[in-house]
Amino acid sequence: MKVLFAVVWKDMIMELRSREMLSAMLVFALLVVLIFNFAFELDATTRANTASGVLWVTFAFAGTLGLNRSMAMEKDYACLDGLLMAPVDRSAIFFGKVLGNFIFMVIVELIVLPIFSVLYGINLFHQGFIFVVLLGSLGYIIVGSLLSSMTVQTRTRDILLPILLFPVAIPIFIAAVRASRAFLVGTEMVEVMPYLNLLIVYDIVFFAVAYMVFDFIVQE
Amino acid sequence: MVPKPQLLRILDFVTVVLLLIATGLVFFYAPIEAIMGNVQKVFYFHVASAWVGMLSFMVAAVVGILYLAREERKWDTIGLSSVEIGLIFSIIAVVSGSIWARPIWNTWWTWDPRLTTTTIMIFVYAAYFMLRSGIDDPDKMARFTAVYAIIGFVSVPLTFFSARLYRTIHPVIIGSNQPGATSSFEMTVSMQFVFFFSLITFTFIYLDLLWHRVRLGILQEKIIQLKMKLYD
Repeated sequence: MKVLFAVVWKDMIMELRSREMLSAMLVFALLVVLIFNFAFELDATTRANTASGVLWVTFAFAGTLGLNRSMAMEKDYACLDGLLMAPVDRSAIFFGKVLGNFIFMVIVELIVLPIFSVLYGINLFHQGFIFVVLLGSLGYIIVGSLLSSMTVQTRTRDILLPILLFPVAIPIFIAAVRASRAFLVGTEMVEVMPYLNLLIVYDIVFFAVAYMVFDFIVQE
Repeated sequence: MVPKPQLLRILDFVTVVLLLIATGLVFFYAPIEAIMGNVQKVFYFHVASAWVGMLSFMVAAVVGILYLAREERKWDTIGLSSVEIGLIFSIIAVVSGSIWARPIWNTWWTWDPRLTTTTIMIFVYAAYFMLRSGIDDPDKMARFTAVYAIIGFVSVPLTFFSARLYRTIHPVIIGSNQPGATSSFEMTVSMQFVFFFSLITFTFIYLDLLWHRVRLGILQEKIIQLKMKLYD
């Protein structure tokens, strides 16, 4: 447990000092939102329907950036080797990275959501909506951290992560977009529940898979 | 050169014979479907291909676990061979389904759950090859691809359920059209026979191709090792 928080703390301090990753993720996310504005002709009703989709595309790409940077830092500065030499449970290191990545993604989302609300003229501050965003981001980050710890060791590093991640993360996209749209549009809870259940199951399943499999990724 | 084992020769022969019989059955024995006509006959090989796709990815995941547990090269070779075959047959399934769909549903494509899931599976396993080619160290490559095969396979049921929540149009052959009904075959006996025969034939094709491909993989390993000895 302490190891986990130590890893998160390390990531926070590094980011505080350089602020590279957050600023890159944030600017990129806002640019994507901007491009979508010109990509579609959105009248008021269509906006409510497509808002969640646009948001999730934004989060997906910004998340990929963050994941790449986070793992690249570990690899390039040999942090990961140092961490692995410590006599601690490997999974604590992994989940420390997961938590760190998750916090960064949530920070970016917290900034993008209000701006998006203003630009698109939709009120996004529905607690169900926020809950879906968090659940979906968690699943995305868990699988993303696992895959990025592999791709960072390949030659085609940055390009490979989206190629590996997006197909596996499709359930998150489907469920999160549908569920968040349902909350925005005001559908009955009973229709939303299956999507929420799917997200929760996805998060739990990949949490377990990551726990079992991470050792094999970092062993020498 | 390791000579072809006797069992493999027999398997080759049996597979070819089965395929010829299956083709004959499909064209001459299976009845012409009432509503869809002759196009429906694509179904026999289409479902069998999709079945081989699923089977091979399951094998790849299991073999991935075995590799991580035991670290023997042969599991990696079997996994690679299985994914190759699975990818081809999944593509065959999607394309043949598309050909079937055009006259029947008047569209080349729909976002039906089974179709969506198979397409996403194709992407997952195409990415498998990209991952493979991006790593030089063979041990790392084997480990990472084993992990990815497991992750990919675990995501398939989740993808299927999420796509099914999305919508459905696929004809329900196995099971009634009413949700919640107990399953029953909406096919005549002769159609069922040809259907299961095709499934078995394609399973034989899979095993035959797998065995050949694994032999090829083992030979490739030997060549690499010989080359390394040469440059020592």
